[in-house]
Amino acid sequence: MKTPEELHRILADKFGDEVFELKQDEPVAPWIIVKAEQIREVSKFLRDEPGLRFDALMCLSGVHYHKENALGVTYHLFSTSEKHKLTLKVIMPEEDAHLPTVEQIWKTADWHEREAYDMFGIRFDGHPDHRRILCPDDWEGYPLRKDYQVQEFYRGMKVEY
Amino acid sequence: MGLLDKKFQDSNIIIVSLEKALNWARKSSIWYMQFGLACCAIEMMATAASRYDFDRFGIIPRSSPRQADVMIVAGTVTLKMATRIKRLYEQMAEPRYVISMGSCSNCGGPYWEHGYHVLKGVDRVVPVDVYVPGCPPRPEALLQGFLHLHDKIMNESLVEGTGSKPVVIHDKGGDDIQVKSAEETDEHKTARIEFPQQDVARKKEGA
Repeated sequence: MKTPEELHRILADKFGDEVFELKQDEPVAPWIIVKAEQIREVSKFLRDEPGLRFDALMCLSGVHYHKENALGVTYHLFSTSEKHKLTLKVIMPEEDAHLPTVEQIWKTADWHEREAYDMFGIRFDGHPDHRRILCPDDWEGYPLRKDYQVQEFYRGMKVEY
Repeated sequence: MGLLDKKFQDSNIIIVSLEKALNWARKSSIWYMQFGLACCAIEMMATAASRYDFDRFGIIPRSSPRQADVMIVAGTVTLKMATRIKRLYEQMAEPRYVISMGSCSNCGGPYWEHGYHVLKGVDRVVPVDVYVPGCPPRPEALLQGFLHLHDKIMNESLVEGTGSKPVVIHDKGGDDIQVKSAEETDEHKTARIEFPQQDVARKKEGA
């Protein structure tokens, strides 16, 4: 069982200091900010390293930081053998929101990433089935973005009341 | 035939107009399309189960639109589902009826303002005969909707050009259940819906 500070130290030793940022003065559990292009290697390391063994992706969620013009993905990890938890965050600019998929590392991520794509328009490079999951294929826009505008008609049906 | 046993002096002769006999026969075996969309479906299932017992009115579920007389739209109609509902309705043989069950399919219900994905009333894509209010309606309300549909069917005519007669509602509980004829709801005629084959084509293209 390791604390987030210890986990942060391990990651910083492995991947270099400057790429991680630990946030722990918030009312929620501490999290580590990871650069988008590194999320895949970091995830694989966290899953496979003895003593870390994050074998479960509890949740993967998209976030729209409207004021910062940014989109984010939050990963909640858990280790069933070591019994510790970790939260990772990736924050990307809104106009170019894409990051490597972790579907090959945790299969849970398959549908979660499709949902994040469907609702926020975040693209996951290397995802094997990169489609919308809830909305129809020809839906316009990403409904959970803060500046979402509902389309007027969908296939001839009025959307507004 | 328990009610009619030993009630006739002569053998098997009843005099009735053909129209009435046909309408009586049709209303006495309304088969409904078996599909539920949301929590209303639970009430619909309860209505079909032993305590409320749809079957005593000759109402039984069919799993194919080809064999169904009435479609109960039981629940929230999303825009994605609306295309499928339209298609199922068009697959049903005439005469066909639609009962809109519950607030969601009547008008969008709790999703009327912020439900970007919800069709605000199923009468925008198919003509509705009976609107049953409630969220969800109790089984009694759904049964009452069927009784109104019975009235409507009994008022239909075989004579050319008569149109459907006004529906007589024997209802002492007020006018909470609305009955409309297909001509009265016309918004569905303007809805031009593309069909899900396009989804298949789009998928092949890799979108």
